[in-house]
Amino acid sequence: MNMKEKLQELREEAVKRIQNSDGLDQLNEVRVAYLGKKGHLTAVSKSMKDVAPEDRPVFGRLVNDTRAHIEEFLEEAKERMERALREKQLEEEVIDVTLPAQKLETGHRHPNTIALEEVQRIFIGMGYEVVEGPEVEYDAYNFTKLNIPEDHPAKDEQDTFYITKEILLRTQTSSVQARVMEQRKPPIRVIAPGRVFRSDEVDATHSPSFHQIEGLVVDKNITFADLKGTLEEFAKQLFGPETRTKFRPHHFPFTEPSAEVDVSCFKCKGSGCRFCKGSGWIEILGCGMVHPHVLEMCGVDAKKYSGFAFGVGLERIALLKYEIDDMRLLYENDVRFLKQF
Amino acid sequence: MNTSLSWIKMYVPDLDVTAQEYSDAMTMSGTKVEGYQRLDADLDKIVVGQIEKIEKHPDADKLIVCQVNVGTETIQIVTGAPNVKEGDKVPIVLDGGRVAGGHDGKMTPGGIPIKKGKLRGIESNGMMCSIEELGSSQELYPEAPEYGIYIFQEDAVVGESAVKALGLDDVIFEYEITSNRVDCTSVIGIAREAAATFEKAFKPPVVKATGNQEAAGDYIQVSVEDENLCSRYCARIVKNVKIGPSPKWMQRCLAANGIRPINNLVDITNYVMEEYGQPMHAYDLDTIEERKIVVRRAKQGEKFVTLDGQARTMDEDVLMICDGKKPVGIAGIMGGENSMITDQVKTVLFEAACFDGANIRKSSKRIGLRTDASAKFEKGLDPNNAQAAIDRACQLMEELGAGEVVGGMVDAYAQKREPARVKFEPEKINALLGTDISSEEMLGYLRRVELEYDEASGEIVAPTFRQDIQCMADVAEEVARFYGYDKISTTLPTGEATTGRISFQQYIEQIARNVAEYSGFSQGMCYSFESPKVFDKLLLPSDCPKRKAIQIQNPLGEDFSIMRTVSVNGMLTSLATNYNRRNKNVGLYELGNVYLPKELPLKELPDERMLFTLGMYGKGDFYTMKGVIEEFFEKVGMRKKPAYEPSTLHPYLHPGRQAIVTYEGKEIAFLGEVHPAVAESYGIGERAYLAVVDIPTVLEYANFDYKYQGVAKYPAVTRDISMVVPKEVLAGQIEAVIEQRGGKILEDYNLFDLYEGKQIRKGFKSMAYSVTLRAKDRTLEEKDVAAVMKKMLHGLESLGIELRS
Repeated sequence: MNMKEKLQELREEAVKRIQNSDGLDQLNEVRVAYLGKKGHLTAVSKSMKDVAPEDRPVFGRLVNDTRAHIEEFLEEAKERMERALREKQLEEEVIDVTLPAQKLETGHRHPNTIALEEVQRIFIGMGYEVVEGPEVEYDAYNFTKLNIPEDHPAKDEQDTFYITKEILLRTQTSSVQARVMEQRKPPIRVIAPGRVFRSDEVDATHSPSFHQIEGLVVDKNITFADLKGTLEEFAKQLFGPETRTKFRPHHFPFTEPSAEVDVSCFKCKGSGCRFCKGSGWIEILGCGMVHPHVLEMCGVDAKKYSGFAFGVGLERIALLKYEIDDMRLLYENDVRFLKQF
Repeated sequence: MNTSLSWIKMYVPDLDVTAQEYSDAMTMSGTKVEGYQRLDADLDKIVVGQIEKIEKHPDADKLIVCQVNVGTETIQIVTGAPNVKEGDKVPIVLDGGRVAGGHDGKMTPGGIPIKKGKLRGIESNGMMCSIEELGSSQELYPEAPEYGIYIFQEDAVVGESAVKALGLDDVIFEYEITSNRVDCTSVIGIAREAAATFEKAFKPPVVKATGNQEAAGDYIQVSVEDENLCSRYCARIVKNVKIGPSPKWMQRCLAANGIRPINNLVDITNYVMEEYGQPMHAYDLDTIEERKIVVRRAKQGEKFVTLDGQARTMDEDVLMICDGKKPVGIAGIMGGENSMITDQVKTVLFEAACFDGANIRKSSKRIGLRTDASAKFEKGLDPNNAQAAIDRACQLMEELGAGEVVGGMVDAYAQKREPARVKFEPEKINALLGTDISSEEMLGYLRRVELEYDEASGEIVAPTFRQDIQCMADVAEEVARFYGYDKISTTLPTGEATTGRISFQQYIEQIARNVAEYSGFSQGMCYSFESPKVFDKLLLPSDCPKRKAIQIQNPLGEDFSIMRTVSVNGMLTSLATNYNRRNKNVGLYELGNVYLPKELPLKELPDERMLFTLGMYGKGDFYTMKGVIEEFFEKVGMRKKPAYEPSTLHPYLHPGRQAIVTYEGKEIAFLGEVHPAVAESYGIGERAYLAVVDIPTVLEYANFDYKYQGVAKYPAVTRDISMVVPKEVLAGQIEAVIEQRGGKILEDYNLFDLYEGKQIRKGFKSMAYSVTLRAKDRTLEEKDVAAVMKKMLHGLESLGIELRS
């Protein structure tokens, strides 16, 4: 048998074994048996020295061709087997995707905070800085500088907790207004969220401690129309773009003109429901143009500057938005309540 | 403040609006209507009927069969009412009508439908009504019988609406009057606003001069000793007084406002108080000694019996009305028993005064007596209104034939109040409102509420009852509310741009929330005040500085009487609430202030420290808590290792399971397991853990100035150290040695095994650390590693640690 035939035979034999191989291990055995250091093909190529020198190039080519041929078959078989294996694996690995998830159990944010963050986001977007002031406050900042002098009936209406004659628990975040105006020069655009205190017994709609968000803008040429525009934008962002606002005249000692603001009921869209007590409107905040006396008392030139201020009850927004029917839930910290937010 | 629609219409006769229209428009012009009630909402098909014939019911002793003329026909009605007789005119609800409630006075929302039917076999085609069935009461309709059918006066017209005849075809509006609009705590004040709102003519009562040829001054002298507390005192006299019932129209007005009619004299003072907002008082002149009124402060401890029969003790800040010898009334609050009007009164002294609002408010609070009169005076009244009111009262006395009015008025009015004047600046008003209203239009709005323009001085003249008009902004509001708040356009502020942001502390708090929540803790909120008893509950020693808490002068009770100095009570209470409700695996956090006084009593504001407090029970332990704080520190850029000192500082924590956390040597937090005794007293039946981080200290170290260090290029070498450690040696000590001896090439280390128990001899524990070493600039050679490990092991041995293999 000449070399050519021998190589041919080897080749056919190898291909046959490859085709009969069952699994990658057997395939590897074939590789070793033919292409390995001690393999058949290697043995043949070692016999090169017995070939006449002039035939060696032809012989060499033949050996290489055979090797390439076997390798190609091996590779192809390997790929096929691997594909089959993968397919089998995938078939076996089918899972029940409807089994319960394994969640990292995370905690929940207080509804007050969620509401506050939403309000903050809106006003930060309009260029407002979020500032804070003390909760235990001087009477001067809570009342006097807000145009509420000693003996003003508003002082009684608010049922203030007193610490000393001059120091009290602030009844409104408006106290921060005076502090900001004293410390900064216009243009001022701030909101001041925080805790406030009033002497109300705890019940479903009252709490001796709750939160407000005060807003204050002082600059040249600030108008009541700007106040309306700002709060209308706020209401739309907070309660939805279709929300309408209604400004009703009201009175606060530290703003003039003053207004109370209603928004169209976001539950019934204004047609009247249990939520808005049939009126189609929900009262959400008080506001007005900063009273010129207040500007002057806080060191702002009322001839040059004007401003507006507003105050929103945070709990009021949280209760409305999340339809919480009892304010006491906010301070009980029952996780079954908190988990719903 | 309430008014009936019919009373408003007395002064705005052209007003023709529905209750809803009235309510909406008044609210939009600044007189907020809180709600309204239609008195006849549940009344239907009720007419005046006349009983023509009464016969006994053949089969029932207590029933009678009546033939009743209801105008269009005569119908048969069976009734058990005991008080009707032939000829009586009574309210009849016809078949298919409705009444408001039962004769026991109980109302049925929506009313009770009445249908014809048979009573003991006899047909009955309607029902006779008591005043209670018509939704009112004998209190407000004193002529109604205590029990039985309401009987009309002779002049009632048969067949007409009984609802109308009783004045029940009315609407009662309830207003929220703001503190600046004292003038609107009167029917006239609200009527003026209504007229302005609907652009109708305002026709207040025309008060004519009254009185005979005599002079009041011959009957009474008035001297005011304290003019600050009593800016005006008007006195008038009515003699030959005839006490009797007031007319029906006046009774109806009062009834609609919820005031019980009593007699002509009382009703007139009440009527005028409602109408003018000016409280009045009537004295029996014969009880006034020396015919003299002296207005003075009470003597300290002076006793006085008010007309409700109560003896009360005064102090020097209470203003008294006295005669020549004795006090006869507490100014602005209540008259005295000794000068009370009786049915035998002959001569009446009317008082209409103006007292200082703040003084009345405080006095009424101190004495503990708040009356309709004091509620009005508190707001600070217009002294010029006093005369209008007293003249009106005298006019009514005369018109109703209740007595003979004596001419003239004694008037102690030292400082006459003049109208306020405010410069009219239309361009400034437009600039403030963002409007473009012509000055003519503005003046038109102002005139509607009697704010007149003085062309000569260019000023707006505000009547004295408008004490709220003091500056341009006040005038602007008047313009705006009649122009219409809703008509003002909406714009956004222009001008120099500002940047929106949160503060650094708020950012740190946001990170605290994120870390806590991702670690499974939910956010709670606790009250800032608590009971001083919590210090005992927390086992704080009697000399603990945390017991120095700010006291609230007027708390809602002991449980809310101090400002908290610790945050853990709120957390423990919240955990207990959850435990009590069988919630499993609870983790809570709170970001809230404690209030630390610098000195007590407070001279300056306290230190309000924001604390990040975590609490949990169920899943997790001390080290879980420790992990959360460390995660927080890392997230705020505090990359150094915090140190943990075992501590017994916090008595409410387990003495062997608490630690003070320091960062760069500064105390920043503490944590531990709740002391079992404390857990028990709060009612937490599981091991619970607390951690408290001081946010102001965190702010000192928090830092987001990260610098890229490069990623390791050279391989790391890992070595395990396995040890038998004396029990008292802390992991912290071992780690200190590893860190110190490991030097620059120490990359990381971690405890991977800790064992105490049978296989280890008593007093020892087995610990194993894995240490990772790596150099930044080269591959470590065995000798580098060996040298460092040797140093480390020596160090560990010096702690009395035995190394295993």
